[in-house]
Amino acid sequence: MADKRMAGCKPFSKAEMAALVAADIPEGWHVNLGIGLPTLVADHLPMNREILLHSENGILGMGPVAQRESADPWIVNAGKQNVSLVRGASLFHHADSFAMIRGGHIDLCVLGAFEIAANGDLANWTTSSDDRSPAVGGAMDLATGARNVWVMTQHVTKSGEHKLVQQCRYPLTARKAVGRVYSDLAVIDITPNGFSVRAMAPGVTPALLQDLTGAPLQFP
Amino acid sequence: MIDKEVQDMRSALAGIKDGSSVMIGGFGAVGQPNALIEGLGQLGVRNLTVIANNAGFEADIGLGKLIGTGAVGKIICSFPRGSSTFDQRYRKGEIELEVVPQGTLAERIRAAGAGIAGFYTPTAVGTKLAEGKEVREIGGKDHVLEYALHADVALIQAWTSDRWGNLTYRGSGRNFNPIMAMAAKLTIVQAGTVLPLGTIGPDDIITPGIFVNRVLCVPDGDPPLASTKDADNG
Repeated sequence: MADKRMAGCKPFSKAEMAALVAADIPEGWHVNLGIGLPTLVADHLPMNREILLHSENGILGMGPVAQRESADPWIVNAGKQNVSLVRGASLFHHADSFAMIRGGHIDLCVLGAFEIAANGDLANWTTSSDDRSPAVGGAMDLATGARNVWVMTQHVTKSGEHKLVQQCRYPLTARKAVGRVYSDLAVIDITPNGFSVRAMAPGVTPALLQDLTGAPLQFP
Repeated sequence: MIDKEVQDMRSALAGIKDGSSVMIGGFGAVGQPNALIEGLGQLGVRNLTVIANNAGFEADIGLGKLIGTGAVGKIICSFPRGSSTFDQRYRKGEIELEVVPQGTLAERIRAAGAGIAGFYTPTAVGTKLAEGKEVREIGGKDHVLEYALHADVALIQAWTSDRWGNLTYRGSGRNFNPIMAMAAKLTIVQAGTVLPLGTIGPDDIITPGIFVNRVLCVPDGDPPLASTKDADNG
């Protein structure tokens, strides 16, 4: 981030963001981690809690990405990587997998985002400037069906544009879906009154965070 | 005697015509019936509607290869990324695309096999994938009406079968296969092994043979290991 106002700030690294998310996941939750940044959360789950990872292609109890020499070619995650299974894992077909999601059985989904609005609207599947074929995967089902939806994202785009906004400009993935945002600058809840800051990265001031956010922030 | 096992590709795929709708199981390289898909590509049929999660990956394997032959006129899927043959034809307007959220795709297929005409789902409410569809408030929450998705043919990959078409799957190779087997008029299975009747325990059968029409034994081993750098969603 080339922003001069960032001097003296120490944004959370990707690993630190993942560790913050992981520390907030309670014992016993069934969790789906989206592709990209959210996948890192798996590496930081507390060893003393039983947390089950769900993969939408039919796995509950997913373990770490498999080493190539010991990988089972028949087990892949939603990102098509070969993964391992934990003791007690189960396998099922796609309709059951999305019944878990849509039916409210998945406690938490962690997703990436292009934009998050102050009312919890999420845009994370396509952008109007994107000329590639539109592809949604399981994002809409996850954002709509999981009991809690948390987003992991850089606070602003590479060109410095707001990602936390009053209203999404990109096509929506789901309405009023997101409950919390973990960015490189702050952890922010989405409340009936909009964005509410829970924590900030070292050196980040409320004034700076507000400048870098496209909607009013509450500092309870 | 019921014997659904066929001995060659021609018998397995008999009856697939120009314009047929074809469901294809698989998620990534796992559970994708590549031999049947490539056999289909050699039939020379055109204007197929393919229903699958993805639009293929490798240009020279399975669905990616089939699309490359020009046999597919339309694809209904959730995630058509990572397929060079699809991209080329889509950019030229040679293939029609219907994107469906993955869970809605699965449930539309399941509904077809279960005799359910349609259902109301909260997924996609307020998004452009719900445009033009009926929205109804049920229990204080908006839902979109989605219809069952039937097909003429389903191409299925199974781990084991018997001559009645009772099927087991392996690992995450189950994915769309069991629900697609139920949703098509003609269900054709590529099985790694065909075992004597009674060998697969009743407790272990995932797809009962009632949903299966033909079984071709294709002992083609394991799917290729995924690249550990591969990380495309959906």
